[in-house]
Amino acid sequence: MSIDLEQFHETFYEESFEGLDIMESGLLELEQGEVDLENINTIFRSAHSIKGGSGTFGFTAVAEFTHDMETLLDQMRNGERQVTVPVVETLLGSVDVLRNMLNAIRDGSEIDVDNVSEMTTAIKGILGVADDVSVATEDTSSNAGGKGWIVNFAPFVDIMKTGNDTVRLMRELNSLADTAEVTVNNESLPPLNELDPEDCHQSWCIKLIGGDVSEDEIREVFAWVDDECDLKIESLADGKAQVSPEQTDGSEQQKTPAKSGSEKRANKPAESSSIRVNISKVDELINMVGELVITQSMLSRFGESEEFNDSTIERLKDGLAQLEGHTRELQESVMRIRMMPISFAFQRFPRLVHDLSTTFNKKIELIMTGESTELDKTVLEKIGDPLVHLVRNSLDHGIESPEKRVSAGKSETGVIELSAFHQGGNIVIQIKDDGAGLDKDKILSKAREKGLVTSDERLSDDQIHDLIFRPGFSTADVVSDVSGRGVGMDVVRRNIRELGGAVEVKSTQGEGSVFTIRLPLTLAILDGQLVGIGEETYILPVISIIESLQVKAENINAVAGNAEVYRLRDEYIPIVRLYQIFSVEPVSTELESGLLVVVEAEGKKIAIYVDDLLGQQQVVIKSLETNFKKIEGLSGATILGDGTVALIIDIAGLIDLYQKDMATNVVSIKGAAA
Amino acid sequence: MSEAADDLSHQESEKEFKELLTFFLAGEEYGVDILRVQEIKGWDSVTNIPNTPEYIRGVINIRGSIVPIIDMRLRFRLEKKEYDATTVVIILNVVSKGNADRIMGVVVDAVSDVYNVPANDVKASPDFGTAVDTEFVTGLATIDEKMIIVLNIDHMLNAAELAVVDTITE
Repeated sequence: MSIDLEQFHETFYEESFEGLDIMESGLLELEQGEVDLENINTIFRSAHSIKGGSGTFGFTAVAEFTHDMETLLDQMRNGERQVTVPVVETLLGSVDVLRNMLNAIRDGSEIDVDNVSEMTTAIKGILGVADDVSVATEDTSSNAGGKGWIVNFAPFVDIMKTGNDTVRLMRELNSLADTAEVTVNNESLPPLNELDPEDCHQSWCIKLIGGDVSEDEIREVFAWVDDECDLKIESLADGKAQVSPEQTDGSEQQKTPAKSGSEKRANKPAESSSIRVNISKVDELINMVGELVITQSMLSRFGESEEFNDSTIERLKDGLAQLEGHTRELQESVMRIRMMPISFAFQRFPRLVHDLSTTFNKKIELIMTGESTELDKTVLEKIGDPLVHLVRNSLDHGIESPEKRVSAGKSETGVIELSAFHQGGNIVIQIKDDGAGLDKDKILSKAREKGLVTSDERLSDDQIHDLIFRPGFSTADVVSDVSGRGVGMDVVRRNIRELGGAVEVKSTQGEGSVFTIRLPLTLAILDGQLVGIGEETYILPVISIIESLQVKAENINAVAGNAEVYRLRDEYIPIVRLYQIFSVEPVSTELESGLLVVVEAEGKKIAIYVDDLLGQQQVVIKSLETNFKKIEGLSGATILGDGTVALIIDIAGLIDLYQKDMATNVVSIKGAAA
Repeated sequence: MSEAADDLSHQESEKEFKELLTFFLAGEEYGVDILRVQEIKGWDSVTNIPNTPEYIRGVINIRGSIVPIIDMRLRFRLEKKEYDATTVVIILNVVSKGNADRIMGVVVDAVSDVYNVPANDVKASPDFGTAVDTEFVTGLATIDEKMIIVLNIDHMLNAAELAVVDTITE
């Protein structure tokens, strides 16, 4: 009968955390004054399943704590209690406490008992000043003289065979009441040699005291075993039960919540190692595999046939085309399994903005759009922190205080817009605020002070804005606990770069800023443009290519006889001779005989000189680090159709490499001059 | 260890044997632990990796993995030699401390033989001073009056440019 419950723990945590998120967003809606019964019900249901789950797994502390929340929510649901801001705030606080408790249990660390009891008191406090609730709950150690129940539970002999566990029922009962007193009746127990271990011969009498339980709630516990037991429930209202907590069932009693926290788990489970997949995505996959099998059997017929003529070759070609289509679809379906809506990353922001706007005394409205945009799970997990940082920054530095806003002729409430959408094979996430915008002069003077730019350098607006992403740059005059800790925008940029993405900022002083993050749809596959340089083939990500062009000699200019720039319409774009940076032998070093591929990364453009464009194809990204190490300017490698390896160029890295190259040249020129 | 190795230890319980794959490099015979050898293949073209030392010839595709190829002559600062019909690439499993195993290939002049060498017969290498890179040598073994230089591939293929942790930090 013993089922290893451990195996379900992971699922329980996952579901509970999801439940907490639902509760949180529901509560935030409540706070904005939208009292919607359906919403309260949703919150209640989440709390209820967390309670039920934690009871099942023996996390008594969690179950108890949730119980009080549930009571409060139940009152709200039944209209017995007004939805007021303090109540919602307390519930929000409880969600945090609950999250901490669950985290502690999962990681096998101690639950912060003080925190829990503080919040319990707060909830009980609210429950205590009842609107029209009859019973105030009291501390467990004192005898609850008030309401209680006597539950006579006599299961039938074969109850266990139906998959019901009486221990679980007991736990749930226990979670209902403040104290429970259990007497077991062993009279019908047969001698040991006749005992079938799967039979149940005991019956129990449980006294539940306190905890404000209704008969229905008790009946609900037994809902599943209704027809497999004799159940009698009597009210204890007039009884005078004297209960001491020691007499309760078994060892896992409630008094110290930390107890269940000590159910240590040997090793910390890896962060979200599982993934929930919509069943339709799996069905789609199975369909595709079916199609593929059909195509395969069709193609294998050609392998058996003796001779080839025009018509068989024609059909073979058709089959191969079909195979190509199916393979691509299959690949896309598999990729979709890893895709999750970005709302998973977005959902924490309403709370964050709510808390921070209180801290900063700012009025802020958060608008979120495109939450259903799907993103690779790995990308999604890693984009969370950079996003939080950017939103915090917008809140702290971007949006001004209400007074300042009014004097600047704006509405008192600042708006932060968080949006996600697809754009040319990329996912774009934008964080837009209507705040003060970036202060160019301040940034520039700060950058000069820190030696990031020399005083005689001329920078465009965008270049100045870009300075905020440099390491060691922070303009916050006062270091608050939210931003300005030195780990700034450079970390944001680095994290996003690691995901193969880019971040840039556009800002108008006085009107606000927009941070744009571009991310690849997936980390596994890339649309690549194959280019040839000498005998080597390199791959440029198609998404970063702006255009490819034949060189016109009159558009080439040299700056200081060294750095070459190409005039494209009214822009000057530095020419990067890739063969020089990668030290390969090109077909020709004459710019006119090759091609320029104009690429962009993080707002910077360069024109890469290549011998030839070879074609476009989807490539599977293979890491160089698995067996070797990271190479600057390369984001990985791939295997081409002929089995050879081609290197994938990391445009942002290449630009860095080029700039470094130029810098050393400048140094040597300066050195020569001196 | 494999079953074959277990059998060996039964037959010759007092002696432990080591199977070595040997190869030639500039006239000398070198040996590596055969259990580390994944496969041996002829020299084929590689994809160059920019901005790496000369001895890293490039990378090749071994059944979907990108594997770096190291020229042993260049690594040991021996004279360059044109690759010919006997030139082979030995694909090795490299164990790096605290990291996942890696696969690397080494280019050698030719493969020679497989020897069973009693573990005790591998003698520590004499001190050559600075003339020879001895830090990659486990020891010297004598077989049929021939000297075989037994290499410590983990050490060799984890050093300098090949180190797991990029040492050239700025």
